[in-house]
Amino acid sequence: MAKIIGGISSSHIPAIGKAIANKLQNDPYWKRFFDGYEPVREWLQANKPDLAIVVYNDHGLNFFLDTVPTFAIGAASTYQTADEGWGLKTQGSVAGDAQLSWHIIESLVENEFDMTICQEMLVDHGFVVPMTLLWGEENEWPIKAIPLAVNTVQHPMPSAQRCYRLGQALGKAIASYPEDMKIVLIGTGGMSHQLQGQRAGIINVDFDLECMEKIIHDPEWLTRISNTEIMSKAGTEGIETIMWMVMRGALGEKVNPLHKHYHAPISNTGAGVLLLEPSSDN
Amino acid sequence: MVWQKHDYDSIPGTFVFNGERSNKGYQINKMAFSFNSAENRAEFARDMGAYCDKFELKPDEKAAVVAGDFGRLLELGGNIYYLAKIAIFHGMSIQDACAKMSNITTEEFIQRLQKNSEGFQQKLDNIGGYFGG
Repeated sequence: MAKIIGGISSSHIPAIGKAIANKLQNDPYWKRFFDGYEPVREWLQANKPDLAIVVYNDHGLNFFLDTVPTFAIGAASTYQTADEGWGLKTQGSVAGDAQLSWHIIESLVENEFDMTICQEMLVDHGFVVPMTLLWGEENEWPIKAIPLAVNTVQHPMPSAQRCYRLGQALGKAIASYPEDMKIVLIGTGGMSHQLQGQRAGIINVDFDLECMEKIIHDPEWLTRISNTEIMSKAGTEGIETIMWMVMRGALGEKVNPLHKHYHAPISNTGAGVLLLEPSSDN
Repeated sequence: MVWQKHDYDSIPGTFVFNGERSNKGYQINKMAFSFNSAENRAEFARDMGAYCDKFELKPDEKAAVVAGDFGRLLELGGNIYYLAKIAIFHGMSIQDACAKMSNITTEEFIQRLQKNSEGFQQKLDNIGGYFGG
C-alpha cells in the first residue's frame, strides 16, 4: 500500500532559486538559511521516498487570470518547467505518476473536492524551488512528483480550513492506493510577506512562529483564522502559508516534528522549514 | 451594478487582488502574461507603446507601463506576479518595485525587512527545538 512517510514545509521564493544557480549557499546572507535544509536532505536520502506531492501556487506560468482553478492537480507522466518571463533559470522536467494522480482525483472528487484535472501542466518556481532545495539543481529530479496547485493569487481564495480538509482527503486517497510506495507531502510558500502597497515589507516573526508551532501540534487553530486575519497579520502574500495546511492535513491527527527551522528575512519573507512524520498513534 | 465591499478593504496600504481589481487590470496582466514568450519580450522591448496598443491598454495604463510606475499599475489593477514580468524591462526586481510603492529606496526597504525580523533568534530560543536557533 502507498504510505505517507513525511511532510515538509518550505519557502518557494525565486530568490532562493537564483542563489542556488549562483552557488551562494555559503554566502553570509544565505548560509544559515541553507544550513536549515541539511537535516531534511539527509532524511530524504536516508528514507528515499518514491514520490513527492508538491502543494504550491502558480504565479502566471501554467494558469493566467482567464481561468483560475481553486485547486488543480497534475495527471501527467511528466511535468516541464518553462520560461516565466522574468529571468529565472529554466530547469528540466520531473516524472509524474498518472495512475496515482487519477486515483487521487477519483477519491478527492468522490469526497467532494472538485479538482481541476491537468493532463498537461507547466510547473513554475513555486514547484521548482522546493524541489531544487531538497533534491538539488537537476535536469531530471531523482524522484517522481505530482503538482497540486492552490489558488493564492486571485481572491477569493480557499480558507486554511478548506486546505486542511483537502489534505485530510488527500491522506485518505493515498492510504487506499494499492501500490507499495513511499510518499512525501511538501507544503510550500509563505511565510509572512507582502509584495505590494505602502505596507510592503511586512515580516511578522511572532505570527510565523505561532503558525509553525500550531501547525505541528494544533492545526485546527489555523482553520479558525480567516484569510483576512492572516493577511492583516502576515501580509497579502503571507496567505500562502495556508498551503502548508494541505500537507499537514494529509499527515493525520498527530505528528512527530523531526526538524524545524526559521530564518528572516530571506529576500522579502520569513522562511520556515518543517519536517514532520505521521505519528504511529494515528 | 456595484462592487461589493470586503472586510479586508480596511487593511491599510494594501491592494487585495480581488475580482474588482482583476477585472480592472485584466489587459495589463494579460499583456504581462504574454512576456512568458521570448519573442513577445523582444517585440515589447523594441516598442513598448506599440505593444501596449496591441493589447488595447488605455492611455493611463500605457503611460504607467512605459514609465515603470508600479504604484500606479497596482492602482490600475496590476497583479504583483504579473507586474514582475514588466519590472524586468525597467531593470527592477520585485523588491525594487516594493520600495517604489512605499516611496523609499531599495536599501531602505531592505532595512525595513531587517528591522521587522529583529530578535527572531531569541524568539526561537524561547520556544525551543529550532535548528541552529
